[in-house]
Amino acid sequence: MMSFLHSYGWEVGRLTFEHLWLTASAMLLAVGVGLPLGILLTRRRRLARPVIGFANVMQTVPSLALFGLLLPVPWLGENAARLAIVALTGYALLPILRNTYVGIGNVDPELIDVANALGMSNIQRLFKVELPLAASVILAGLRTATVTCVGVATIAAAIGAGGLGELIFRGVASVDNGLVLAGAIPAALLALGADAILGWLEGRLSVRRS
Amino acid sequence: MPTVGVEFAKVSYTLPGGADGHTGRSLLHEVSLQLDAGTTTALLGRSGAGKTTLLRMVNDLVSPTSGEVRVGGKATRDYETVPLRRSIGYVIQETGLFPHMTAERNAGMALELAGRPKAEIATRVREVLGLAGLDYNEFRERYPWQLSGGQRQRVGLARALATDPMVLLMDEPFGALDPLTRAEMQTMLRGLLEKVGKTVLLVTHDLDEALYLAQRVVFLSEGKVVADLPPEEIVGSDNAYVRDYVSAVHRAVSA
Repeated sequence: MMSFLHSYGWEVGRLTFEHLWLTASAMLLAVGVGLPLGILLTRRRRLARPVIGFANVMQTVPSLALFGLLLPVPWLGENAARLAIVALTGYALLPILRNTYVGIGNVDPELIDVANALGMSNIQRLFKVELPLAASVILAGLRTATVTCVGVATIAAAIGAGGLGELIFRGVASVDNGLVLAGAIPAALLALGADAILGWLEGRLSVRRS
Repeated sequence: MPTVGVEFAKVSYTLPGGADGHTGRSLLHEVSLQLDAGTTTALLGRSGAGKTTLLRMVNDLVSPTSGEVRVGGKATRDYETVPLRRSIGYVIQETGLFPHMTAERNAGMALELAGRPKAEIATRVREVLGLAGLDYNEFRERYPWQLSGGQRQRVGLARALATDPMVLLMDEPFGALDPLTRAEMQTMLRGLLEKVGKTVLLVTHDLDEALYLAQRVVFLSEGKVVADLPPEEIVGSDNAYVRDYVSAVHRAVSA
């Protein structure tokens, strides 16, 4: 064990950091796209079905296939990390998009009515009423997306984007279970940690009603 | 001659028709009604008679399909929506408070939206919570879940009064309260209305509440005004709708 840590410790650390970097970048992008898009859909409900449907389809494409399919795309294919981040964003998009849309859509219509009757503008209603009341639902989506992302990011090693998947792939290829675990355990811990932190935040943001 | 606070001029409302081209259901049919400034008018009638729709036309949450509603002599469609709504207080059943805001923030919301300075909002919130019978220091930091039904309703009323609106719309404000709390609220509201003098439109199912609070009681049935009386003429009226309503309410007493 000690000799294993001695020879691989530094590498596990570096790959964990890489893994975090891939996941965090993808999450930032996914929030940047999914949150405004989800809000837009609550204003243009007719678009909701096709857009959420598309995100749904994205979710069903096997990750290995998606990485492969994106490889020949001009700008993306040049840089493995870039490609991995874009693909991961695709996976993270659906939960964020859907939960934003559903969370805002489920705000009590009477409260929307009151907001309007108080003379709130569309933007004021969004920031003062809809987003705070939908926050815990949106965060639950973020949580699902993060955990998915941490998992799928291990596959990114297949196209040379790095991350903890590298140890796993190498371990599988050389039938070295220790190496597989050295990648899998930190990846699992990352997922659990992110889940716990976001879960805590979700609890903090939920609005007590009775 | 009293000035007119709110006027409905041949107001009709038809629900939008379906995609197959059939016409929608008609909820209000050429309702004409003048509410004198500074008085309280109660709207009574069965569920679905169009009471709430009529009330929501005053602050333009619903626009009439024909006819017009005038507030302070000017048609609602000639107002900009936001200033119109800010000049009208709106109170609904107890679900109307924002659950993620304290009593103070709820009550001061209309002023916050108007961009008033914090100190001014605090002063005004203290005043209106007081008018509604709540002590500012005790209740300001409480969230709706930390309030009783009656207290929530008081905060809702304070919120509606904060901008000192000319018109107050109340849609079943005490509908969700138990009879004792409801009676307390009615007493408080009556005293308050005597003090502040607003043009009030009150939708209610409660005949006693209407008789106690209003100077005028209007009965709606199937989208039309079927009776329009001062409260003292309700009991003993020979209008069929009014008679039915009164006997339904007082069945236990008169049987």
